[in-house]
Parts: sequence; C-alpha cells; structure tokens
Amino acid sequence: MKIKKHIAISASGVIFNGATGDSYSMNPIATEILNLIKANQDEDAIKKNILDKFDVNPDRLEGDLYDFYAHLRQLNLLESEA
Amino acid sequence: MKHKPEYTVAVTALNAIDNPGSGVGVIRSLRESTDFKLKIIGLSYETMEPGAYMHDLVDVTYQIPYPSAGSEHLLDRLLFINTEEKLDFIIPNFDAELKNFIKISNVLKQYGINTLLPDLAMLTNLDKMHLHEFCAKHNMSVPKTKLLSSAEDITDLDEEFDFPVFVKGTYYEAYKAANKDQVKTYFSLLSLKWGLPVIIQESIEGTEIDVAGLGDGKGGLIGAVPMRKLYITDRGKGWSGVVLSDESLVEFAKKFVNATKWRGGFELEFMRTKEDELMLLEVNPRFPAWIYTTTAAGQNLPAAAVKLGMHLPVAPFDSYIAGKMFVRYSWELITDITEFQKFSTQGKL
Repeated sequence: MKIKKHIAISASGVIFNGATGDSYSMNPIATEILNLIKANQDEDAIKKNILDKFDVNPDRLEGDLYDFYAHLRQLNLLESEA
Repeated sequence: MKHKPEYTVAVTALNAIDNPGSGVGVIRSLRESTDFKLKIIGLSYETMEPGAYMHDLVDVTYQIPYPSAGSEHLLDRLLFINTEEKLDFIIPNFDAELKNFIKISNVLKQYGINTLLPDLAMLTNLDKMHLHEFCAKHNMSVPKTKLLSSAEDITDLDEEFDFPVFVKGTYYEAYKAANKDQVKTYFSLLSLKWGLPVIIQESIEGTEIDVAGLGDGKGGLIGAVPMRKLYITDRGKGWSGVVLSDESLVEFAKKFVNATKWRGGFELEFMRTKEDELMLLEVNPRFPAWIYTTTAAGQNLPAAAVKLGMHLPVAPFDSYIAGKMFVRYSWELITDITEFQKFSTQGKL
C-alpha cells in the first residue's frame, strides 16, 4: 500500500491532494495511520503500532482499518496496486 | 553591481473589481522582479478602474479609447502617451482589445514599443467559435459545440444536445440553460450584448482547472502553472484557488504551445471529467486575473514576458510550488475626489 506522491499530510492532520486541490481533515489516529503508510510500513506493522499506542480491541481495529483503507482508495489517495 | 535595464511598461485591465481584469496582478508580478527597474504606465478605459488609484503599483495612468473606437484611435492615443512616457513594452490584458493591439503592433515597433502577442490567425483559430475545430485537428478533447447564428437554430437543439447546456457570448459571459426556452432567453441577451454567433456547449461534469502559461512564439513553453478554483462567485469568477502539482496539465500546455506557436500569455480552462479525461473548455489569449499566484508559486510569467519582448535571454521555468493558495478580498481604497476629477478631465492620473 502506497500513498500517491502528490499527497501532503500536515502536522495538524489535514491531507492536501496536490493533484486535485482537495483537502480532508483527519482525527489523530487516522493521521498516525496515514503517516505510517507514508513511511512505507506494511499492514501488520501499522496494526502493531496502533495496538501498542492505543487501547483498542484487535478485531475492532482490523475492521476499522479495512474501512479506512477502502475510504482512502475511494478518495483516490492510494497508488493502485498492480 | 550588475546593471539593471530600465523599462517603461504599459499595462491594461486595471479593473480589479468583482469580475477582475488581470492588469493589477500583472503589475504586482512585474514589481516583484529584481531583474529590471520599471516605470509602470496604466492604460485605463474607465475612470473608476481601481488600479489607476493604486499609486504604489502604477506610476501614471492614461485613459485610452474603447476597443469599439478601432485601432487607429488606439494608435493615436498610444503614440501621444509615448511622446510623454517613452514606452518600451505594452501588455494588453483584455480579450476584446487584443485585435486592435495586434493590428498596430508593427507600427508600435517602429516607435520602439514592443509587444508579445499572438498573430490574428492564432487568435481566430482559438476563439470560442473555432476552438472545437482546432481541438479536433490536434487530437485534444473539447465539449460538443454548436454556433447559433439565429434563434431558428435553437429549434432542433434538443435532438443534438442533452440539457443542461452552456450558452456563451462571443467574447464574455456564459449561462447554464436547462431547456430550449432558457436557451432562447440567453441567446437574446448575449447576441444583443456581444453579437453573433452565440455558442452552445455541452455541459461536462467534473472539476474545473485552469492553467496560466507563457509561450515564446516558436513553440516553446516558458512556464505554466495549474490552479483549481476553490470558491467561485455567483458570476462564475474564482475567488480563491490552489496551485496543483499535475504534470499532465503542464504537458498539455506544452502540446498546446507547440501546436500553436503561441506568443505571449495565455490561460487554458479545462474540465477534468470523472473518468479523468481533460477537456479543453476555453483558451483565453492573455494572462488571467489570478496571474500573481503563478509568481507566488515561483514562476513570474509577466516578468518573463517583458524579458522575451525586450529580447533578453529567458530560461524556461522547470518547477513551481504546489499548494500556494490565493484568496481574493474587497478593500476600500481611499482617494480624494480631486484625483477622480483630474483623471476625468485630463485623461491622466
């Protein structure tokens, strides 16, 4: 999973898509996940990182991550996977 | 210390109003250039054009005759201004005045006044009436277009187009029409105001994107900056926008300049469809009102135009800063009635 190259993430948790001009605001966990994706962490590493930092049920996290990735794809923020 | 050339540059379109001309943005850009010392001469059609009163930007402003008066009157006035100011370069910024400036550009050159303008054929090939022919020839996508020469042409419109459609004037203004009755209303309005033909254009859903650029007249692109409008006024004008990092738009600008050998500033208006196709909606044959944003993003295209026109070396820009954003605002410029009186009676401020 890779974020498109024209995507900038601000410290305050706003995504700016430089190719389209669209901006989206995120909550702190979403910002954390997106920064991990940007740092080329794989899905298992992201899951571990979030579980270590936040008090969250692993099954719940699995489902939420799945929804979040789908949302990122829907917003055209991820590179298409070959 | 390196010697800086000194030029006197005249600029039109000082109407920094809710439907703004680009003159003030052009001048702001020129003032930021450290490559030359400039005296800026404003050329104004009306006494209330705000730029005429912005003395920190414009040194002197002269009134010039309306485009409808013709190129000879314009030439007479410019030659008079030249005797007072010794002009080096003129940047016209209104669509409706360009033909007159192009017609007299050779005479101006004999007086040492340079311009950087497309020729008349280029201008005609890319106007709203001929753009679809140009795009077909050069394999560029454009919305389906029809020219209406009379109200009778509206009768069969619903067989050729799905509604809504855009109804556009020859020079300016566009309205979205939901049915043939609305097309008739807008046809009457636009034909009375701007003449015939009136243009019908298919309505395309998507994201509107504009590219401001500069062509060297030999097929080379000096620079181009794409921008997406973030807020559009009820008159359809961009009130804020953000610079995009989209190489496909710059590539399109290169293709456009190469195909046309465009000389001078331009703006390409696109619609990016949901299927990610770029459709060219319009070509504006001059810098857009948001041109200062290109300067803020690292490409001072008006200053590059002066250099090209004055035969100084100009290297093409190879980058710009995406994410630069503009927000227009209203501001009361306080002057004195004596300024207005002087401008109205003497045609000079």
